[in-house]
Amino acid sequence: MVKTNNLQPVLDIRNVSKDFSGVYALKNINMHIFPGKVTAIIGENGAGKSTLMKIVSGVHTDFEGEVTLNNEKINFKNPKQAAENGVVIIHQELNLIPHLSVTENVFLGQEITNKFGLLDYRKMYKKTAEILSKLKLEINPSTPVNQLRVGQQQLVEIARALFMDSKVLIMDEPTSAISDHEVELLFSIIKELRTKGVAIVYISHKINELFEIADSFEVLRDGKNAGSGEMKKTSHDDLIQMMVGRDITGSFKKEQITDGKEIIRVENLCFINPENKTDFLVKDVSFNLKKGEILGICGLMGSGRTEVLEAIFGLFPKYVSGDIYIKGKKQKIKNVNDAISAGIALVPEDRKLQGLILNMDVAKNTSLANLSEVSNYGFISSSKEKELGLEFRKKLNTKVPSENIEVQKLSGGNQQKVVIAKWLATNPKILLLDEPTRGIDVGAKTEIYNLINKLAAQGMGIIMVSSELPEILALSDNIIVLSESKLTGRFTNKEATEEKLMKAALVEKE
Amino acid sequence: MTETKQIKYYLIKFQSVIALMLMCIVLSFMTDRFLTGENAWNVMRQISVNVVISVGMTLVILTGGIDLSVGSILAISGAVTAGMLKFGAEMPGLNIFLGFTLVGALVGGTLVGTFLGWFNGLTITKFKVPPFVATLAMLTIARGLTMLWTGGFPITGLGDNFAFIGTGWFLGIPMPVWISAVVVLAAVVLTKKTVLGRYIYAIGGNEKAAELSGLKIKKVKMIVYAIAGALSAIGGIIVTSRLDSAQPNAGFGFELDSIAAVVIGGTSLSGGKGTIMGTVQGALIIGILNNGLVLLNVSPFWQQVIKGLVILLAVVIEKLNSKEE
Repeated sequence: MVKTNNLQPVLDIRNVSKDFSGVYALKNINMHIFPGKVTAIIGENGAGKSTLMKIVSGVHTDFEGEVTLNNEKINFKNPKQAAENGVVIIHQELNLIPHLSVTENVFLGQEITNKFGLLDYRKMYKKTAEILSKLKLEINPSTPVNQLRVGQQQLVEIARALFMDSKVLIMDEPTSAISDHEVELLFSIIKELRTKGVAIVYISHKINELFEIADSFEVLRDGKNAGSGEMKKTSHDDLIQMMVGRDITGSFKKEQITDGKEIIRVENLCFINPENKTDFLVKDVSFNLKKGEILGICGLMGSGRTEVLEAIFGLFPKYVSGDIYIKGKKQKIKNVNDAISAGIALVPEDRKLQGLILNMDVAKNTSLANLSEVSNYGFISSSKEKELGLEFRKKLNTKVPSENIEVQKLSGGNQQKVVIAKWLATNPKILLLDEPTRGIDVGAKTEIYNLINKLAAQGMGIIMVSSELPEILALSDNIIVLSESKLTGRFTNKEATEEKLMKAALVEKE
Repeated sequence: MTETKQIKYYLIKFQSVIALMLMCIVLSFMTDRFLTGENAWNVMRQISVNVVISVGMTLVILTGGIDLSVGSILAISGAVTAGMLKFGAEMPGLNIFLGFTLVGALVGGTLVGTFLGWFNGLTITKFKVPPFVATLAMLTIARGLTMLWTGGFPITGLGDNFAFIGTGWFLGIPMPVWISAVVVLAAVVLTKKTVLGRYIYAIGGNEKAAELSGLKIKKVKMIVYAIAGALSAIGGIIVTSRLDSAQPNAGFGFELDSIAAVVIGGTSLSGGKGTIMGTVQGALIIGILNNGLVLLNVSPFWQQVIKGLVILLAVVIEKLNSKEE
C-alpha cells in the first residue's frame, strides 16, 4: 500500500469480496485512493477491475467488506446516488444516447430548468460550449452525438463527468478509442483535475501511458491484490510480472501431437469493421491447424480474437476477405450452414445470448443445430432426440436435476456443456471455442479442459480463444497473439510464457 | 409446505381452465339460457373464426413478431372468394371470362390471403421493417383493396353449397367448429412435432443463438407470416359463408380479439413461449365472456370495459406467477 504523507484516502476499500453465484470475482481486496493523485488499476481481463469499480460506483450493491468515502461507509443504491455523492464513473462502453445532442447528453439526468419547470436550453448550451472549449473540442453543442467520431464521443462522455462535482473520478479504458491528439487533451484535463484535488482512478491496458499519467498503481490478479506501489519506482516488465503472476491454475499437461495432417489453413484473413469501413477488426491474419492440434488465440478485449472465429464461421461474409482451405481445398464459407457442412463448429463467447435457447430443455438445445439427425420428413422423433440429449449428457457429464428442466436453471458450467454438446452433435472436424470456461466454477473448468484434450486426441482440430493465459498455456500446442487487429506473436507451447504472451498482446499500433 | 407448493403449481398450470370453469359455473347460476346445448354450439360457432385466426397469430407471436393485418386480410380473402364465385374473373381486353367452381374460388381466396401474409414476411425479413409497422401498413392496404374489389358494397347471394361452410352441420357438429378443430389439430402437431415448429420456438426464444446454430431465420419467418395470412383467409371464408355475404368492413378489429386470445392463453409477447391449446382456451374465455355478458344484458359499452379488464387481469396474473418462479 502506498503511504502518502499526511494524506487521508478519500476512498478506502477494505476487505471487499464479491461472488457471482458461488464464483468469486473479488476476494479480500484492499485499496486506498488518495485525493489529488492518479491511481492506475491494472490486471488481465477478468482480474476483477470492472467488478471492483462497479461496486464503488453503486452498480453492484451487495458485496462483503466495506468501502468508505471520506471515512463514511458508503451504501449506494445505484450509480446515480454514487454520482451525487461525488463518485463518478466513465465507462468503457459509451453510455450516450445516439440521437440526442451533445448538450442533451451532457445534461442527461441533471437538466437545468427555468422557473416554469421547462428545460433551459440556452443556459445548457452555454455551459456545454464552455466545457467543450475547455476540452479543446471543436464541436457544436447541438450536434447529435451519433454524428461524432468515437473518440469525440468518448470526450463528450468525459465532459459529462466533468460537470458533476466529483471527488473520485473513475476512468475505464478512456483512451481505447481516441486518437493521440485526443489523448494529450485528456491527459491535460486529468492533470488539471489532479491539482484541484480530485482522486482519479485510471484503468488501462496501455502500460506505457500509465508511466506518463499515473502516480501510483494497484495490480489485481484473479480477483486478489497482486501488488501496488509508485509508478516512479517500477518498470514495465515488473508490472507485467505482477499481472500474470506465477501460480498456474490447474495442472493440465498437454499431450503433444505433432504429426497430424493439416485440416484448416487461413490466409490473409481480413474483417472490415461494419461500422467504420476504413477500420479493420482483423487484419491479415494467417495460420494453419493440424488434425488433433489445439491452437490458442490470445489478446486483449477488442484485439480481434473473437472476430477471427466469427469470420471463419461465416457470420459476416460481406465484410470478410481472405482464403480458407479445408484439408487443402479452398472453400467459400458464406453462412453458418456452409461452415457446418465444412465441419466447423463455433461455441460462442456468451452462452446465454448466443448459445442457448434458455427456455428449452437440454435435449432440445442439444439437437438444435442438427435436427435433421433426429427427424424424418420434417417430423421430430422425440425418442431419438431424447437419446441424443442423454448421449451427450453422459459424454460431457452434464448434471441436471430433471430431464425436462429449462437450461436457464442450470449452473454456468452445465450450460456451457450443453452449448458444447450442441456443436459436438454436428460431428465437427474443427471446433472453435470462444472463452470456453468464462464464468464457470473450477470443477467444471477442469472437466472442460479434459474434454478439449480428449477431443483433440481423437483427431479434432481445436481453435480456442481465451483471455486466461494459464488456460491457453496449459492446453495449446501452438499459440498466436493478436493486438489491435493484427497478429503480433506466434509461439509454440515450449517457447511461450505468460510474460511473452502479455508483451505481444500489449504491442501498440505504430 | 411442499403440498401447498404443489397445489400452487397446479393452480398456475391450469389457471385458464380454472377461470373457464368458474365462468361457466357463475353464468349457469346467473342465467337460465347459458347452460343449454344450443347456447354451447352458439359459443363454439362464434369463436371458431377467432380460433382459426388466433392460431396464426400464436405462431407469429411465438417468433417474437405480431400481425395486425389479420382482420383486413380476412376481409379481402372473403371478398375475393365471393367475387370469384359470383362473378368469375373477366378480362375485357382479352375477351376472356373465367368462371370458378366452389373449390376454385376457395383456393383463390386462400391464395390471396397467403400471398399477403407472405408479403408481410418479406417486408419484415428482407427490408427489416418492424412487424408492428409492416403489418399495420398491411392492415390499411388490405382494407383498401377490399374496398376497391367490392366497390364498397357487400357481395351477396353466394349459393347453398357455399353457405354450408359457415352454416351447415356435419355429424351433429357445426362446420366452422370442424374447420377450427382441424386447424388447431394441425397447428398442435406443427408446434409440437415438427422441425419447423421447433425453429419457431427457437427463433422466438433466442434469435441470435438460433442464427448461430444455422437456422434459416428469414425463411421460417416468411412461412409463419404466410400461414397467418392463409388462416386469416380461411376465417374470411367462414365469415362470408355464414353471412352469405362478403362485407367490405368484415373482420374490422379482429386483430384485437385475436391478440387478446393469444395473450390470455399465456403466450409471451416477446416470443418463444406459449402453446396453441393456451390460445384456444384464451379464445374460449373471450367467447364465453362475450356470450355471458350478452345473456346478462350488460350494455355493450360495459362489455368492452370488462373485456379489457379481463385481458389486463390475465397478463398481471401471468407476470406475478413468472416472478414467483
